[in-house]
Amino acid sequence: MHSSTGILRTLGLILAGSIALLSSPVHSGTAVTPGSRAAGMESCVAPTAEIRRNHMDYLKHDRNRVVHEGVRDVKHSLAGCVECHAEKDGNGGYHPINADGQFCSGCHEHLAVNLTCFQCHSKEPDRKHSDAASLSGIRNAGQRGRLGLLIKLNEAPALSSEEMAQLHALSREE
Amino acid sequence: MTGKNEPNDMKRREFIGRTVLAAGAASVAPGILLTVANAKSEGEGASSDIRWGMLIDSNKCVDNCTACVDACERENGINLLQRPEGQGDEMWNAQRPQWIRKVKLRDRQTDEVTNLPMMCQHCEFPPCVDVCPTGASFKRADGIVMVDRHICIGCRYCMMACPYKARSFIHKNVEKQTVRSPRGKGCVESCNLCVHRIDAGATTTACQDACEKDGHKAILFGDLKDPESQLSKALKEKSSRQIRADLELNTGVRYTSL
Ligand code: SF4
Ligand code: SF4
Repeated sequence: MHSSTGILRTLGLILAGSIALLSSPVHSGTAVTPGSRAAGMESCVAPTAEIRRNHMDYLKHDRNRVVHEGVRDVKHSLAGCVECHAEKDGNGGYHPINADGQFCSGCHEHLAVNLTCFQCHSKEPDRKHSDAASLSGIRNAGQRGRLGLLIKLNEAPALSSEEMAQLHALSREE
Repeated sequence: MTGKNEPNDMKRREFIGRTVLAAGAASVAPGILLTVANAKSEGEGASSDIRWGMLIDSNKCVDNCTACVDACERENGINLLQRPEGQGDEMWNAQRPQWIRKVKLRDRQTDEVTNLPMMCQHCEFPPCVDVCPTGASFKRADGIVMVDRHICIGCRYCMMACPYKARSFIHKNVEKQTVRSPRGKGCVESCNLCVHRIDAGATTTACQDACEKDGHKAILFGDLKDPESQLSKALKEKSSRQIRADLELNTGVRYTSL
């Protein structure tokens, strides 16, 4: 008798837990927005649990290297987050990543943590820019070929985390 | 350090420049073509073997041309700023950020007019860095002076300290930025010699490109420490001046025909 109520209780807990998981996007397996580049990828630049817990520290550490030392190929960058996680709006643009229900604001609102990055930083990936074109030309000459080999046309991207990091580094400057 | 040390300093630079050059040549394997644009890799970061600078030929700078100013605004997202509602022309023009501007000089006796583009002079001994209470205003290893807006508290001491009026303050919330040029209310900013381009391996700034495209060629950007750079060669050939050289800031931006 005792053991069966115990089992029932455990089952109930599991059920309640899974309902809670399903109803909240933050607690479900993924918070990634469907229309974003990240949706088609295996993982972030580090395992999800690690990124969820430590992204702010990683970003702060690497921002100091970028701004003060001029090291640009860092693994963690806010521009990288936006590049991958911004959801396409269907008109050739993107939803601002800090808009209601979008990737960054989803979690931050849920946890009541102020999201002030985007008072200064762009909320969307850059669209093609005339002055930037010459710059990506420089980059293309050296590195673009490598990325082309990673993903074939009509093939779902399945990247190792190392390749992901590479992709982040390249796509940031596009 | 004062300007009196400069001759020694220059010799040391020349020496360093040569050694780096020799080391660079030796490390390139035969048969591998290295283009200038790819010479600096992104992972290396700013190096003190380099000091970025500029030579501006005010003779070639044309009256009423704003190519450099416009290009700077596009490159650094300044053109995306919206005038706050109800703000008059005077306030808008006084407060909107300006990284580069045209200064017009008139000789009172001869009426001769000289134009010069003015931006942050990237001082070797920058007063803006001396006065900053937080370390936000800083000089990179390669001589670029910039603001780390993550730690700028907006006190504007640096704006007061700069003899060249090179810095701007952002007074209102900013709605739109480009990825490479973050910008927000409460921080100071100034010309950073197109640092995002330089770090990506480019060898020109947006203003230089624009000036060249319009056929004026008044702006030359390059490495002051590399004796083989076009900039160093031009500086060696022509007599050039620092603006307010009396302040002994050893500016990275020099002017000729002034
Ligand atoms: S010109 Fe002004 S802002 Fe630029 S380094 Fe010199 S003092 Fe600082
Ligand atoms: S405004 Fe910012 S960069 Fe300038 S002195 Fe104050 S804290 Fe430093």
